[in-house]
Amino acid sequence: MGPLLRALEAVNERLESCAICGNVDTINPCGICVDPRRDARALCVVEEVSDLWALDRSRLFPGKFHVLGGRLSALEGIRPEDLGIDTLVRRIEVGGIDEVVLAMNATLEGQTTAHYIAERIERFPVRITQLAHGLPVGGELDYLDEGTLAQALRARRPVS
Amino acid sequence: MVLTRLSLSDFRSYADALIVPGPRFVVLTGENGAGKTNILEAVSLLAPGRGLRRAALSEMARDGGAGGFGVAARLGDVDLGTGATALAPERRQVRINGAPAAATALSEWLSIVWLTPAMDRLFIEGAANRRRFLDRLVLALHPAHAVHTARYEAAMRARNKLLAEEGRPDPVWLGALEAQMGEHGSALAEARNDTVTALASRLTEAPEGPFARAGLVLDGWSHGDLATELAASRPRDAAAGRTLVGPHRSDLLVTHLGKGQAAERCSTGEQKALLLGLVLAHADLVAERADRRPVLLLDEVAAHLDPLRRTALFERLEAGGGQVWMTGTEEALFEGVPPTAQRLRVERGLIGTI
Ligand SMILES: Nc1ncnc2c1ncn2[C@@H]1O[C@H](COP(=O)(O)OP(=O)(O)OP(=O)(O)O)[C@@H](O)[C@H]1O
Ligand SMILES: [Mg+2]
Ligand SMILES: [Zn+2]
Repeated sequence: MGPLLRALEAVNERLESCAICGNVDTINPCGICVDPRRDARALCVVEEVSDLWALDRSRLFPGKFHVLGGRLSALEGIRPEDLGIDTLVRRIEVGGIDEVVLAMNATLEGQTTAHYIAERIERFPVRITQLAHGLPVGGELDYLDEGTLAQALRARRPVS
Repeated sequence: MVLTRLSLSDFRSYADALIVPGPRFVVLTGENGAGKTNILEAVSLLAPGRGLRRAALSEMARDGGAGGFGVAARLGDVDLGTGATALAPERRQVRINGAPAAATALSEWLSIVWLTPAMDRLFIEGAANRRRFLDRLVLALHPAHAVHTARYEAAMRARNKLLAEEGRPDPVWLGALEAQMGEHGSALAEARNDTVTALASRLTEAPEGPFARAGLVLDGWSHGDLATELAASRPRDAAAGRTLVGPHRSDLLVTHLGKGQAAERCSTGEQKALLLGLVLAHADLVAERADRRPVLLLDEVAAHLDPLRRTALFERLEAGGGQVWMTGTEEALFEGVPPTAQRLRVERGLIGTI
């Protein structure tokens, strides 16, 4: 094994899934969760780690994140208990969060998941918003350019 | 809206074929089995959906080919392409100007309407084919209709699956799916209503002519709070194994205005004339409202008309403008088509000019 491969292997070994938010990092809790400069009152919920990275590319979102690890899919048998939804509800229950941004993909499954979560956290005193979907239909967040993402975040609207 | 180039690779009987269509009439003649309908089918794949035969993609890949196929077209300065690869023979791939896109996005660029011999029974068969025919007409006026229809159906499939599961299905999850069905179902019903209303009033006001005027009524769920209706219908739907309320059950009711008779009771020729009249009125409506004319694919239409109606058809099409693809076994059928038409001879997977 060459030195580069060995180095990559070492990084791989140390990567962990954050116990709080589901992000992948070399430390646990992850760099975002322990960063004191982040606004802990705003929480952005995404489907996948790649979506978190897309939104975090240039600090588009100043708050913290929660990674679900997928999206509800009746046809693929992906159920609420397979996703990080209970951990999300517990994070909100603890308090200290004012706004939850549902940043799901503009796919049918993404939007169904957003609706499901909105319903589950409705009883908490938090503002629930979602990305402004000027996003292309079927659009997946991690394919979007920064400008489009920034615009979708800036123009986020309350979930009805 | 005019195709200026069409190329087929390993599509049905064509290993590799290129057509540079003219802007108006494209007339394809050739004997039975020559491959005329295959060309129309290729064009029909440049719209959302499964094409004019509703065939599986794997059937379209040429026998003896590598297993995939491609259809590419140029539309002014836009390149549209679709096909499947040998590795994923049932997965429809679409490219618009080289970039991957959803098939539902094709309706933003092009609308295509077709009549085929299989549609002769449209008024007699079940509602599903009429709904599909209507949706194609709607798409020309409301390009987002394809997305709403696809999402509505996907949400419905997911809901049916949940309802069929053992135990009590998650009500919040069902509610989320019903919200999606409500949103997309309302949008698609509204687009259908609008299209049927506009088309019906156009046909009612038109003078009596060689093509019978159709009276149109959209029957079924048309507006209201669908999500709430669905929530109330859960036990019934679970028992039935399908969703009993919603625009997926709508039907287009057609009557022969001149005779005041239901379309299914009209003669074969009268039904054909009704359908043609509908498609011609629709093309005019789209031209007026959306400033673009659908591409028309008329498979074997000329052969089934009497000479008077055939001439009338060519005249209507000529006056309307737009690109019209027609097929027939004999060139003589198309004598009434203007000499500017592009006439192509199809022979066992080869296309030549006449
Ligand atoms: N996947 C395929 N690979 C090769 N050939 C195919 C494939 N699918 C269909 N064909 C051939 O294409 C031919 C049918 O072509 P098509 O239906 O276009 O004929 P047509 O010219 O419209 O005939 P008709 O006048 O009878 O309607 C048949 O001979 C059929 O065997
Ligand atoms: Mg044919
Ligand atoms: Zn974390």
